[in-house]
Parts: sequence; structure tokens; C-alpha cells
Amino acid sequence: MVSASIKSTEIRFGECNKKLLEEVIFFGISLGADFVELFIENSDNASVLAEEDFITSVSPSFGKGAGIRIFKDKRDGFVSTNDLSKHGLMRSISQAIEMLDISKKNNNSNFNGLNDLKNYSKSKIDWLNEVPTINEVSEKLLLSTKSLKIDKKVVVRKGSYARNWQEVIIASSDGTYATDIRLHQTVGLNIIANDAQYRSNGSRRFGSHGIPNEFRLWDHEKAANEVYETSMNMLYADYVQAGQMPVVLANKFGGVIFHEACGHLLETTQIERGTTPFSDKLNEKIAHESVTAIDEGLSEGSFGSLSIDDEGMEPEKSILIKDGILKKFLSDRAGELRTGHKRTGSGRRQNYSFAAASRMRNTYIAKGEFTKEELINSISDGLYCKSMGGGSVGATGQFNFAVEEGYLIKNGKLTKPVKGATLIGDAKEVMPKISMCGNDLELAPGFCGSVSGSVNVTVGQPHIKVDSITVGGR
Amino acid sequence: MNATEITTQITTAASILNIDKWDYGASFSNDYSVQVDRGAAKQLKASQKQVITLRVWNKENLVGITTTSDLSESGIKKALKQANIASEFGNKNEFTDFSPLSKDPIQVKEVDKKNPLGIKKLLKILREAESRLIESHEAIKSIPYNGLSESFYERIYANSDGAFRNYSNSQAAIYLYARAEEKDKKPRSSGSVKLGYGVEDIDIESCIKEAAKKTIAHLDYTSIKTGKYLVCLSPEAFLTLISAFSSIFNARSIIDGVSLSDKNSIGDLISIPALNIYDDGLNDKNISSAPFDGEGTPTKKLSLINKGKLENFLHSESTAKIFNTIPTGHAGLGSKVSVSPDWLVIEKSNECSDLNMTLEHKNYQGNFVYIEELNAIHAGVRASQGSFSLPFEGWLYNNGEKRSIESATVAGDIKYLLKNIINIENEEELTTSGISPHIWINELSITGDE
Repeated sequence: MVSASIKSTEIRFGECNKKLLEEVIFFGISLGADFVELFIENSDNASVLAEEDFITSVSPSFGKGAGIRIFKDKRDGFVSTNDLSKHGLMRSISQAIEMLDISKKNNNSNFNGLNDLKNYSKSKIDWLNEVPTINEVSEKLLLSTKSLKIDKKVVVRKGSYARNWQEVIIASSDGTYATDIRLHQTVGLNIIANDAQYRSNGSRRFGSHGIPNEFRLWDHEKAANEVYETSMNMLYADYVQAGQMPVVLANKFGGVIFHEACGHLLETTQIERGTTPFSDKLNEKIAHESVTAIDEGLSEGSFGSLSIDDEGMEPEKSILIKDGILKKFLSDRAGELRTGHKRTGSGRRQNYSFAAASRMRNTYIAKGEFTKEELINSISDGLYCKSMGGGSVGATGQFNFAVEEGYLIKNGKLTKPVKGATLIGDAKEVMPKISMCGNDLELAPGFCGSVSGSVNVTVGQPHIKVDSITVGGR
Repeated sequence: MNATEITTQITTAASILNIDKWDYGASFSNDYSVQVDRGAAKQLKASQKQVITLRVWNKENLVGITTTSDLSESGIKKALKQANIASEFGNKNEFTDFSPLSKDPIQVKEVDKKNPLGIKKLLKILREAESRLIESHEAIKSIPYNGLSESFYERIYANSDGAFRNYSNSQAAIYLYARAEEKDKKPRSSGSVKLGYGVEDIDIESCIKEAAKKTIAHLDYTSIKTGKYLVCLSPEAFLTLISAFSSIFNARSIIDGVSLSDKNSIGDLISIPALNIYDDGLNDKNISSAPFDGEGTPTKKLSLINKGKLENFLHSESTAKIFNTIPTGHAGLGSKVSVSPDWLVIEKSNECSDLNMTLEHKNYQGNFVYIEELNAIHAGVRASQGSFSLPFEGWLYNNGEKRSIESATVAGDIKYLLKNIINIENEEELTTSGISPHIWINELSITGDE
């Protein structure tokens, strides 16, 4: 009987939970919290891996959970749980109240109930049924690895697919009450080529949000050709000679450097920590006048797009830098409370077990007026970074990025491929050196790991020229 | 739900669904963590997590898997059904079975498990630590990365053949990364991490002192000329590199073609004869010690490199079958079972007469680069190619005087590095990821600002 009664007061997706959510929020407010937020999640994920000519892994997963956040003054306490019963949620609220050492009950509740539900999921109900079946995915992945069977030098061929479906309910004491469904699909190809002592890798990842049919439309042959070309170009490449030099960074995933080196420094979490050199530079010049940078969650189908952020706010288009001048920071609820920068619909988290934080969505440098050739022609001795690997940024803003596919530039022309290059610098020094932007802006999907976990993002830029940067090598 | 209850529930549900063969790994945890910002509580966090990974074998003996956090009766049934469907796509090229060692006795270390201190006490301790670190030097302005956490967890493995094992443990950690600034100089950052079974075990005093000492020492920095240098790797840095290239020892990576080794590499001389490397998950000093792996295989000490020669590979059940050997206790449960090392121990072997014993980082008066900590491993290591290019925190030593290096990367090849070790110091140091002495390398490429 007891379990039946608890079950009857459990959050259920697809049903009206308003009364129950209001009871839980009211409970938190009455115990003395200034603000209470509930983020409730239902997830259904699957991944498939093809290696050579076999499917070697199929991994479905599903789950439910809640993240409960309470604010008192500028402090916050966060509790996550798999227990979605009223009892479980209230226990979590009590735990958060205790964490914040709130002992004074609130007799004048500032909670006036939840607003009418904003249902962003109406048109998305069938997404999970419309995504390709495991069978379809397997067949296409095997076609893609077969497309890589071009050359006996290709010794490893892998294709991978992941689908993340997430249904969320967001309710908070300012009346926010919204529900949404998110669908992210990503597919990647990786190869290793080998010839005697020479070895090279090639990889590409593609991704979308909110397009169930996207994987079916994926041009796996084109992707396979690109990956094959990269690995063959780099197979016999010499190591790059280290030094300071001008570089041209390619479009698409080349934007990862702006994302990591500058974008993170424009999140209010960095202001809170005191780890951004730009905190007091609003409306000041921080980059070359050729640079305009944007972060938005609106581009249809892009990996970092969203209908609402994880705090229930619709995303905006945020112009971060305009003609070299810093115009805006990305802010979430805690960021607004602690730094004064208005929320931008950038409160994001990996899942219910993380508190939301200000995070990037689709972030890119706007296109300029030059062709790629004009950028390369302007350099007598330098490096063209056609494809970037991963990178990181340290606590003092220093970054480093691996160049997956690089070519030397000599007298305005691309010459031989080079491997082992790493770009090293810090945003404050490098941003003023981006002197030319191409006219070929393109975006690429990626995953960004930070304080609130791993979130789907898009990076992007046109081809850009950096006048001088440290290139690590041998 | 406890380990016995969940096993009973799975047994019942599997029987209803006519699933004869299954196993599962589960993890239940309660975690508490705090962060502070100049005396104020920044983020206080608690979580209760329960995750189960279920595998089922269908009539063709193909395996399917599902992971879920929904441990209700309906959740378990759904997981079994999904795993059963997934088994239709099971790998026909590589059959997986229960580990033949999943019922063997396990060594459960006697540890002094702690009870939760609770958020309030964690907060008090971290506030004090932050305050003392800031007060330790006027240049230290903030501790932007800090945290104190405690975790209480239970791991379970069981299968339909009657294997059942579980263990529970507690763990606590503190990290303090300070940021120091001086006029007309670049900000510098460094820090320290300490672990214990509980907060009471952690040497917070030494964490504060170490973070302060390292951060302040880095304030006096210099640029370094690009070139080749004699290099001394700290125990932490050497362990980081060996972990990053652990695919050398990994049978899964060898089968997948992403290792520098192949099936016939056992016995190959891959480093100087003075080097021994073990994987020793049960080592007394390993706080995160687990008595069994994801397939229920008991954890054990395994020699990986003995006197420079590759001696063993790390195995799961399926890789061991392919290599005609037994699993080693290094499997992670998944649709494709992963293999990884637990805790590395680096030693000097008794064939060390060729080492240059005069090279000791505390006394050596010549010029060399001391690499304290390697960063951005995920970005700068090409494990399948053997190459690395990594930023580091370190020191430039000139005639016994040391200065922090402003910004630099070290690049090289792991095969070259292992064969160009010129000294392994005597004193072994405990780190958060294993045990190692300082290791000297003849010549590595360093890229600096000059």
C-alpha cells in the first residue's frame, strides 16, 4: 500500500504534473529558500559501433532523474536523485536547504504558482519513433566502413553512431513551467593508415539536433573520401619545425580554437571564478577589428541549438564581439545573480546530475571579405591548419591545440604536409592578431566538457589568418 | 535496494522473459561536494546515483546490453527486454562469455571506511583551507579551482551462473588550484590534489602548503628557447605518459589495431632493461582499489614490463580467449568490453648498471628541464602513432638554480622515450595515479616562446 501511494505521486512524463511540482516548490520556499528550480529528465539513448565489416557494439541506455537547485541570497545548493516520487523530491529539497544552512522558515511565500505550461515538445512527440532503427544504423555504418576499404594501407576502419533523446520538465519558483524534447544524433568515421614505420589517423564527426531523418541523409561516401584523403596526405608527412609563425586556420572545426580559447572566457562562470582577463573589458577592444563573434542557440538543426535552455529560457542570439569590441557575456541564472550580466538562454547541463551553468551553444566568428586563397597568398612562411584536433585551456587562459592535418605555406602557396604541430597561445594575445577573415563561414558539431558536464555545441568560422602564433613541434 | 534484492529482482524478471543467461554490474553511490569562492559557498552538491548495466545472451549465444538508472520492477524488465533486442546485433565475430574467474575468491582490502561528514563540515574545512592558502602569499589572489568531496559507493557483479560479489568503499578528495598575480607579470596557476578514504584521512595541511609553494615558485618565470633538452620527468608526469600510452599493454587495443604492440610482442625489449612496470590495483596505497573488475574477475598484480621486456597484456574475458590465456581483472562492462589499467607502479629493475646515477633532480648542477605536470593529454597524445606534444608546468635548471618556465610544450615519441631513459632515481613517490621515481630522458624537443 505504501509503495502504491508513493507511486501515485511520482512525476510522470506526458502527464500533468503541475500540482505535484507546485507542492514540491512551495515546500522549498516555505523552508526559507529564495528560489527553487526543478529539472526533471527522461532519457533514451543508443549507440552503435562498426569496426571493419562487423557491428561490434550496440549500447542502448535509458533513465530518469531530477536535479533540484535552491538559491539563498547568492549561494546555491544542488541535489540530484533518481527518485522522482514526491517523497524523493521533497527529501532532496530538505537536503539542499540543510546544505545552505537555512534555518529561518519563510512565512511570506513569494511563490505564486507555476505559469501555464509552455510545451515546446508538441511537434517533437514522434521524434523517437522517426529516428533510424538499429538495423538501419548498422547497415549504413557498415556501408561507410566498406567505403573506407580503398587501400591496403588502411588498417583500421571505424564508424560510430550515437542518438541521445531527452525529455525535460523545468519548473521553478519564478513561475517557469516548460517541457521540451531534444534529439541529438552524431556519426563519426575514423581510420588509421599504416605503411612500414609510417602511421596516420583520419577522423570526421557530423551531428545534428532535432532532425530525426538526418542520419538517413548522411553522405557516407563523401565522408569516407574526406577521412581517407586526410590520412593519406598525412601518412608520410615530416614533423613540423617548432617556432613563431603566421597561420591560416581552416573553417568549420577550426572554430574550436575560438570556442576554447576565447568563448569560455566570455561565460559568466569564468567571471565568477576570476579566471577571465575580459571581465572588466565590456565595450573595450579585445580583438582585431576584423573579428565579430556570435553565440546563439537558434540555427535550425545545428548541434548546439535548443528551443529552451536547461533553465527554461528561450535562447537568444548573443553578439559577443562586434568589430573587435567586447559586447556581451554568456549568462545563466547564477551568473546573472552573481555578476549582474543578464541571462542569455545559455544555462546548460549534460543531464539532471549537473547544475546548469553558462555554456556556449553555436559559437562562431562571422564571415569576412577575403577568399581562402587571399589569406594563404598573404603569407611567405607559415602554416595552414586544414583540420584541427582537440585542445585545452589552462587556468590562466593559455591554450594548446593539436593540428590534425597541416601544410607548410611558402611564398603564398601550400607546400608539403607536416604533422605533430600544436598551436599554443592565450586569447588575450591571439585575438588582436586575427587580421583577416574569409568569406566561407561553416559550422561543425562538437562536444564541450566543462563545469556542467559535456554538452552538444557547434563551433565555426570562415578561414582566418593569425599574424603570429607559437607552433609546437619537434 | 541492496545487492541481494536487485539480483533477486533480475533473476525473477529474467525467468519471466525466458532469458536464461545474464549478468550485471551495478553501482550505487552517495556523493557530496563543495566549492568555495573567497569565503562564500559557491556550489554545494549532493547526489544519489544508481546505475545498472545488464547483459543477456540469446539462444545464438550473442550478447546484448542495456544501461539504466531506473531500478523499478518495470525498469529492470524494460532493460532486460532492450538487452535481448540488442543481442540480435551481438558481435558474431567475437563471442563473449562469463569470466571463468568470476567465482574465484577475491581479495577485499581491509580499509577504514568512513561515514559522511556532511556538507556543512565539508564547507567549513574547505573555507579554512582556501583562506589559509590565500593568506599564505600576497600574490595569491584567489583559488579559482577548488573542491572538497566525499563519496560512498557500492559495486556489484552477479550472473545467472551463481557468481555474486560486491564491495563498498568510501573516498574523499580535495583539490586547491591557486591563481597568483604580480604587477606587470602574467598570472600563474598551480595546485595540489590529495585523496583519502575519508576527509579525516586527507593531509589538508600538505595540500595547502604544496599548492602555495608551487604557485609562488611559478611567479618567477622565464621563457625558454625552442630546442632539445635533457629532461627529468616527475613521478606524476611519467605516470601520466605511461597511462596515456597504456594501449601498448592493452589486448583490446591490439585486437583493434590501435596499439603499438601486436600479439607477438610479448618478450620484446621496449625500454631500457632498468625499467619495471606493474599494474597493481590492490596496492595498499591505492585508495580506489577494487577487488574485481566489470566482469567479476579478481583484481591482481600484473607485471607489464620486466627488465625492459614486455611481459604481459591486460585482458578481459574475450581478449584472453583470443590470446589463449586467462583474464587479468582489467575489464569494464559494456557492449564492447573495454580494458584498462588500474594503478601503475614504476620501479628500477636490478639491471641498472648503465644508468647515470649522478642525475638526481635535487642535486644535479647541470642544465636540464624538470617537467612537473603534463597537461591536455586528450589533445596532445596520438596513442596509435606513439607521438605526443603536450604543454607542461615545469622548471628550467641552470647550474643548480631553477626558474619556472613561462609556457612550453614537450614533444616526442614514446618508443624513443622508453629507450632513452638515462636514469631512474632511487626514491619512489606516491601520486594520485600510482607510484614512480623521477625518470631522466636524454633528449626531448621543447617548444618555448623564443
